[in-house]
Amino acid sequence: MNYFPDEVIEHIFEYVVSHRDRNALSLVCKSWYRIERCTREKVFIGNCYSITPERLIQRFPALKSLTLKGKPHFADFSLVPHGWGGFVYPWIEALAKGKVGLEELRLKRMVVSDDSLELLSRAFPNFRSLVLVSCEEFTTDGLAAIAANCKSLRELDLQENEVDDHKGQWLSCFPDSCTSLVSLNFACLKGEINVGVLERLVARSPNLKSLRLNRSVPLDALQRILTRAPQLVDLGVGSYVQDPATETFVKLMNTMHKCKSITSLSGFLEVTPRCLTAMYVICPNLTSLNLSYAAGIPGSDLIKLIRHCKKLQRLWIMDSIGDKGLGVVANTCKELQELRVFPSDNIGHHAAVTEKGLVAISMGCPKLHSLLYFCHQMTNAALITVAKNCPNFIRFRLAILDATKPDPDTNQPLDEGFGAIVQSCRRLRRLSLSGQLTDKVFLYIGMYAEQLEMLSIAFAGESDKGMLYVLNGCKKLRKLEIRDCPFGDTALLTDIGKYETMRSLWMSSCEVTVGACKVLAKKMPRLNVEIFNENETADCELEDEQKVEKMYLYRTLAGKRKDAPEYVWTL
Amino acid sequence: MENCSFEKVVGLNLEATELRLGLPGCADEHDQKHSSSCSYSSSSSSSSSLSGVVRTNKRSSPEESIDGGHEEEPKSSKKAMISQNSSNHDDDDQDKNVPPSKAQVVVGWPPIRSYRKNNGIQQQKKKGEEVIDGVGMYVKVSMAGAPYLRKIDLKVYNSYQELLMALENMFKCTFGEYSEREGYNGSEFSPTYEDKDGDWMLVGDVPWNMFISSCKRLRIVKGSEAKGLGCL
Repeated sequence: MNYFPDEVIEHIFEYVVSHRDRNALSLVCKSWYRIERCTREKVFIGNCYSITPERLIQRFPALKSLTLKGKPHFADFSLVPHGWGGFVYPWIEALAKGKVGLEELRLKRMVVSDDSLELLSRAFPNFRSLVLVSCEEFTTDGLAAIAANCKSLRELDLQENEVDDHKGQWLSCFPDSCTSLVSLNFACLKGEINVGVLERLVARSPNLKSLRLNRSVPLDALQRILTRAPQLVDLGVGSYVQDPATETFVKLMNTMHKCKSITSLSGFLEVTPRCLTAMYVICPNLTSLNLSYAAGIPGSDLIKLIRHCKKLQRLWIMDSIGDKGLGVVANTCKELQELRVFPSDNIGHHAAVTEKGLVAISMGCPKLHSLLYFCHQMTNAALITVAKNCPNFIRFRLAILDATKPDPDTNQPLDEGFGAIVQSCRRLRRLSLSGQLTDKVFLYIGMYAEQLEMLSIAFAGESDKGMLYVLNGCKKLRKLEIRDCPFGDTALLTDIGKYETMRSLWMSSCEVTVGACKVLAKKMPRLNVEIFNENETADCELEDEQKVEKMYLYRTLAGKRKDAPEYVWTL
Repeated sequence: MENCSFEKVVGLNLEATELRLGLPGCADEHDQKHSSSCSYSSSSSSSSSLSGVVRTNKRSSPEESIDGGHEEEPKSSKKAMISQNSSNHDDDDQDKNVPPSKAQVVVGWPPIRSYRKNNGIQQQKKKGEEVIDGVGMYVKVSMAGAPYLRKIDLKVYNSYQELLMALENMFKCTFGEYSEREGYNGSEFSPTYEDKDGDWMLVGDVPWNMFISSCKRLRIVKGSEAKGLGCL
């Protein structure tokens, strides 16, 4: 290959798209490293503190698309205190300074200030795509800046962000000349939207393929919008409340007949279940259905809707569907690949989904490879059956609402069940455990889960052996997050070299002491070992014997970060 | 490197799973109160040899069938600022003696994104906001023997508890304890409702949101009538 001119190699590299493949290319030899780095346009950074923006810009001069992740995953569950970090401003500032031709920015779990959005909107003339997932601190003022200044904006996708509504008319800030929108998702915004402005925006966006509305957009507006955008592929319904005996509803029913392109449906943040009949006509085309925020739809209506969705590949739903409903899914959705079942606000009298629902799904949906399942109970027998029926799992996340509940039939821990899963699913990359678990489950994981990259453990295990089984056995482990487990210093310090092969390790409410963390930090300068002790003040001496409440360590080339708050000790 | 000796821990081992609010470093005192005889030596700062035996936190045996076993925790970690060690220990002592119940809450479990918790689950009514949807939530309420019917707005209530209390006030009756097996036990009256299919159902069986969207009218029945429903 070295006899080919660079242009040829560059051309070949154009076909190599995934980060992992690109990373592999860059390791082959110096000239490939050079060619690869000069042609790479998309970069993914799983931990924004693992590298400095300057270094990134230096290596990849052709950078156009950047994905950044900030806070550790357990921040989603309120385990990371406020102000920990993950600020995007320094990145945007550096990218602007470096005159990077940024076109796309995707952020997850980062702190995004209005100033960042303002700078972003002004510094990059070709900017076209902004995706914010689980971010915070920005308000509708920041969105107004994006709308107003990004001349060729194609995508504005806001997923599950906490956004302050400043009552400004951010939607109105899209100029009349903006006709390039392809994707607009503002479902997470809580405030009012000027419906007329929205309708006009949709009317002048012929390329609009994805539109997800928030709660303030009523059904009659939805009907008018759909009339103007029959080319939509992905629809998120905001408010869906109407008396079915009205002309508006009849109009909507007729409009839906024209929306033959919709393959993805979500939302229904407020809903009159009887009106769902209007959706039946598009159900046969749906490959993705997300009703996990539609708490107003009772199980019986969910089932009626799903009976029409024979092509479904992805289903996100609430546990109000029940085990019986999951049986209907199993019989109907033979193409199902991804299933997420979320807990609804149950008064607890009704065990909505149990192991029975999962077993039914496994029997009916052999293509299932991704699962997130909140349930009231699980049995070993069920997990063993599921493992046999679905050997293709890539992601398997089980969250039993009672975190240490044993198998209710046998009163045994769930070691054997999860053991069957890892033994059968050789391609498993992500696993979340729950229920009563001893060290044995970790023995199984270490032995069989060869492709495992991310493992989440809570209230499990008996001794350091558990954690050691995992660290020794799972060669491809990248992210390990542990809470409330009896793993201590021995487990932490036995194989410290391992941590440089991983992105990060989180341990909270375990048995790890400050002293051990200090030892680790001293021996491994390329790891940042952060301890959060919220009850300490900055000038308090940490004693070595003290147990650490929360520890987060990650490999980094950027050294200690300078933006850590007072309660974070970087050792 | 086999350092650990496994010794069975007898009894409830709530410390293994508790989320401690006090300053870390109370471990010594905790261990003295530990009911088992496992050995523990604190790891010193010069732990290059790591000879400290790790305390085994073997979970309580299945026969004791603990459900969760977690003390009640405040919802946010920010609130967990307790500076006094002693008060913590008092709490912990008490908690050790109290058998864990299903109602106890643990920070961050179940692992649902806070956004979803705040925005997904409560749909009908949040913080006193009016949900104007053009389809009224007023339903008729009848009671056997009452001279006339009443009407109530279901949207005013956020839970079964609130609704039942209001009904009890309105009709000067009591409903007793709800249980899945026996309905409303120990009372003369039971609340029932007619659902969208026209069936008469016992109030309380289904999630609140489901009830709200399917309830057409309410009827308070006398104990003897309600027993019939209990057989369903």
